[in-house]
Amino acid sequence: MEREAVAVIAGNAEGMALVLSQPLSFWGGIDVATGRIIDANHPDQGETVTGRILVMPGGRGSSSSSSVLAEAIRRKTAPAGIILARTDAILAVGAIVADMLYAVRMPLVVGDTEGLVSDLPTEIRDVGASCCVIRQDARAGGIPPLSRA
Amino acid sequence: MTDLRLTSEDQATLNGERGAAAGMAMAVLVRFCAALGAGGLLDIARTHIDGCLYHGQAGLDFVDRLVALGGKVQVPTTLNVGSVDLIHPELMRVKREDESPMRRLMSAHLALGCAPTFTCAPYQTRFRPRFGEQIAWGESNAIIFANSVIGARTNRYGDFIDLCCALTGRAPAWGLHLDANRRGQILYEIVGLSASLAASDSLYVAVGLVIGEKSGDHLPVINGLPPPRDEDQLKALGAAAASAGSVAMFHAVGITPEAATVGEAFGGRTPDQTIAISEADLAQALARLSKVPDGSPISAVSLGTPHFSLDEWRRLIPLLRRYRPQRNIPIYVNTGRDTLSELDRTGELAELHDFGVRPVADTCTYVTAILKEIEGVVMTNSGKWAYYAPGNIGVTVAFGELEDCVRSAAAGRVTRGS
Repeated sequence: MEREAVAVIAGNAEGMALVLSQPLSFWGGIDVATGRIIDANHPDQGETVTGRILVMPGGRGSSSSSSVLAEAIRRKTAPAGIILARTDAILAVGAIVADMLYAVRMPLVVGDTEGLVSDLPTEIRDVGASCCVIRQDARAGGIPPLSRA
Repeated sequence: MTDLRLTSEDQATLNGERGAAAGMAMAVLVRFCAALGAGGLLDIARTHIDGCLYHGQAGLDFVDRLVALGGKVQVPTTLNVGSVDLIHPELMRVKREDESPMRRLMSAHLALGCAPTFTCAPYQTRFRPRFGEQIAWGESNAIIFANSVIGARTNRYGDFIDLCCALTGRAPAWGLHLDANRRGQILYEIVGLSASLAASDSLYVAVGLVIGEKSGDHLPVINGLPPPRDEDQLKALGAAAASAGSVAMFHAVGITPEAATVGEAFGGRTPDQTIAISEADLAQALARLSKVPDGSPISAVSLGTPHFSLDEWRRLIPLLRRYRPQRNIPIYVNTGRDTLSELDRTGELAELHDFGVRPVADTCTYVTAILKEIEGVVMTNSGKWAYYAPGNIGVTVAFGELEDCVRSAAAGRVTRGS
């Protein structure tokens, strides 16, 4: 499956998808040291976002999430890339500042998330003109899964 | 993709003609506008900065860079809570080496010219914005209060971008800054309230939780909300809504300033969706906040999320005198340092220590290792605290009315209702 998405932060990333049914607030929702979801009210509590292509409907909650995302990017506990169904300014700022301070670019794209499923190799590819392509392939011979624990 | 039009002044700022720090801030703003599709920037009258909470090196690196480049805020700028209570350092249970960057982050913001308010309720300080004012605020509860209760205009600005607005005096012209985006989208009809729930503070928390969970990023309009006793009930509603969801503004028909009627709240359009809220929906939302049954022993009470106003203190004090909690159960009350000074000046604080009251300023009990007994059950009247504290500091929450919190402190166990 391959489709286009709007690049909020353009870039390339690949990883196993982690599809959340509900928006996640990074502040109060993520342990920045480990990348684990700690929000007790979130159905995916206990999952780890690190190195994943994080797919969710949108952002949620505290405006401190920008800092938490930037810090996670600095510590390399952040997702490899984020795909949102609707744009989120707070996550966008975290990614922009991490790029400016540390020259680490974590792609953040907005597009149709329908049909994306967890634990399949997933790729975000920059195709220019503020556009990225999202690709998820269930078959062997697709994007090789990351050997991350 | 975007047609971002910068004025010649914005362009000069971007080129560094107003200093390197303003240039860096404008560069972030320009990328931010591109990310959101904003067509330009507009002047703002004030900012509230949510960058004083220490979430790690990244926040400090950003502010340090702006200080090193000689940055100064261009409009009156308040500061949100930090990670340290600078007024009561003895309450802090943080290792010195961990506390140092937290303090540095707070003082770096002062070096940029921000006012040392360190409160999440800047709308209850002398920096309160006016109706219609364009502002750039961080802190989700402050954002929703400013938009909804005051009718000032801000989007949900996060860490970093709020400071970029402060250093330039400009904000992206999009979202809730613009008339067209302040119209309601979802109509919530509150029906069949019991007299007891209608008369409680919890009602406002519950309504906030329900609209937060159901609205996504659509603008909710609440019809049938009983007139609040004061703005602190709307503050609790907004804080709960902004914790349970990403709501940045609500209208309450007949109550908030841009919603005299349902028609005005929707700007003459029809709602995309109408949702009935029943007593049962509200009771369920409240029940989910409490993880322990009545009668469970408690180790502390936490009040003042968002920061307690003077009015809230003056509702608490008579309850303390009435129930006289004496069990050494700390009652932490988060509040602004200016509020605390006022209570100090009037002598109202003097007797409270004996009841276990521990005022906390400049920070909040759920962001910092301040509570003595962090493993026990903590009772609160705050929907926001109940929402975040379990994840942040590992406590178990019991939620109740302000009066029930005081009764519980006196009884040593969760005591609610009659």
